[in-house]
Amino acid sequence: MASKVIQALYTDDDILMHAVKKVRAEHHHIEEVYTPFPVHGLDKAMGLEDTRIAITSFMYGCLGLTVAIVMMNYIMIEDWPQDIGGKPSFSYLENMPAFVPIMFELTVFFAAHLMVITFYLRSRMWPFKKAENPDVRTTDDHFLMELGIHDNEKELTALLWDTGAVEINVTEKDS
Amino acid sequence: MYTFSNRLRIGSFIAMAVGLICLATGFLSAPSTVEEAKAMVASAHGDGHGGGHGEEASSHAAEGNHAEKDTHGEAAAHGEEHDASHDEHLLHQLQNRPWSALYVAAFFFFMISLGVLAFYAIQRAAQAGWSPLLFRVMEGITAYIVPGGIIVFVILLLSVLHMNHMFVWMDADVVAHDKLLQGKAGYLNPTFFLVRAAIFLAGWIFYREYSRKLSLAQDESDDNSNFKLNFRISAAFLVFYLITESIMSWDWIMSVDPHWFSTLFGWYVFASMFVSGITVIAMVTIYLKSKGHLEDVNNSHIHDLAKFMFGISIFWTYLWFSQFMLIWYANIPEEVTYFITRIEDYKLPFFGMLAMNFIFPLLVLMNSDYKRVNWFVIMAGIVVLFGHYMDVFNMIMPATVGDQWYIGLPEIGGILFFGGLFVYWVFNTLTKQPLQPKRNPFIEESRQFHY
Repeated sequence: MASKVIQALYTDDDILMHAVKKVRAEHHHIEEVYTPFPVHGLDKAMGLEDTRIAITSFMYGCLGLTVAIVMMNYIMIEDWPQDIGGKPSFSYLENMPAFVPIMFELTVFFAAHLMVITFYLRSRMWPFKKAENPDVRTTDDHFLMELGIHDNEKELTALLWDTGAVEINVTEKDS
Repeated sequence: MYTFSNRLRIGSFIAMAVGLICLATGFLSAPSTVEEAKAMVASAHGDGHGGGHGEEASSHAAEGNHAEKDTHGEAAAHGEEHDASHDEHLLHQLQNRPWSALYVAAFFFFMISLGVLAFYAIQRAAQAGWSPLLFRVMEGITAYIVPGGIIVFVILLLSVLHMNHMFVWMDADVVAHDKLLQGKAGYLNPTFFLVRAAIFLAGWIFYREYSRKLSLAQDESDDNSNFKLNFRISAAFLVFYLITESIMSWDWIMSVDPHWFSTLFGWYVFASMFVSGITVIAMVTIYLKSKGHLEDVNNSHIHDLAKFMFGISIFWTYLWFSQFMLIWYANIPEEVTYFITRIEDYKLPFFGMLAMNFIFPLLVLMNSDYKRVNWFVIMAGIVVLFGHYMDVFNMIMPATVGDQWYIGLPEIGGILFFGGLFVYWVFNTLTKQPLQPKRNPFIEESRQFHY
């Protein structure tokens, strides 16, 4: 279904922040904001929910730790036990200090990589995906705020001009 | 202006008085003769000469080797001599216990204020925008560096005067029988030791007083010259501090085990004092806020302090483990005795401190929201502080009292006495000046600080 949206462009992140606060104060729903760089505090101003990526990161870290323990136990204790540095005690617990760097590294590795991948997927970005941003200038030096129109085009246009927009477009959007 | 609440003042006096009584009891009940020492150990736990003498008291090791070299005919006689030296060693350990308890507590509270001083200097040198609201709190805590430093110096002086046997290398007889200590004597001798200690303390105290003076002068001045000068001396101080702190840790702590060395010991002690200091900043700030002061400090400031507590706890663990793993893996006898004595005789404090300093803050302070909950930060802070007391305990005690350790009257008395003195001195300093700097150029940024 195609819906009518209004897109306001700004050239400064401070002006954008004030515009977002003002539009929200007037109880209009902001569909999306496109920015060339992360704008600090924008999520709070837009009233977005807190991210849950930290929870996934913790779970991925636990997974990495488990993989490291199981892997080192298999490699060094079960499959091919060796006497390294005069420490032939063939149990995981007794040789554990030697495995701590690996446990640490794999925890970090899993948490970091899987968290980035999760973030991309959650942001609906994957290879060969067509870019969603409606205006290429939002990858350069412009900020774009997008609002849905519900029979209030005139009112919204006036409000957005008032907030310091440099350009306003009304388009149909497939969603 | 903050006024010292009567409850807190009386509490600190009571802590000091009770602590003093406990310490005095500890000193009075220490044995003065070999017979008393043997009787004490026999009554305490039947197996008197437990496995605790692995930590070399150098006199003991030297005479032991001596005895082995002799001919068989004389072996019996030397065996007796060996036993006698063993008993004397035990006596020294028991005599050391109240001294070590005093020293551990004195150093622990001194190290908190030295850690805060380093944190403060970093904030100054980095011209940090978030922290100026907390500068008066930090200056209050660093005030303790004067009495705390002087007390530690007096304890070191009394050690040099042979009032105790905590530092075996100070004993000329021991050095005479010990090749390694003779080799180190050019550096590790009582005179140079005290000279170094005096220079370090003078430097730290000078920076603290000078920076405080500039900080107060900035409030009354009409330009930023005091602020800029403070920035420059803080950067210079950090260079001085990093070198002297490292040497201090070798002198005051590592030299109780004069045969053993670790090249990252300075960093390790630094991490301990840094995290303890930041924890105390957070606790004092939260306390003052709960009393209605520091209105402009918001939960983002607390969040930042808690992030530092979390991060530096992990940094401490990183250094602890780096030190442990290399020595454990290489398994060189001279080095590994350090950890063998700790794992054999100090199992609970040694691994307990790891739980308190690493696992606990890791799990409790990981969640971002919990770092803003005041009571959560306070509870985590109490555990972290106890953990780092145990850290200092584990650094000193195995060398000075061996397996004769116990958390008893002198240890608790030391914590109470120096804790009381610390609280009294810090909060008394906080009453002297307004808690919020007026003219710090970053004060507005700090007030608006929001994360």
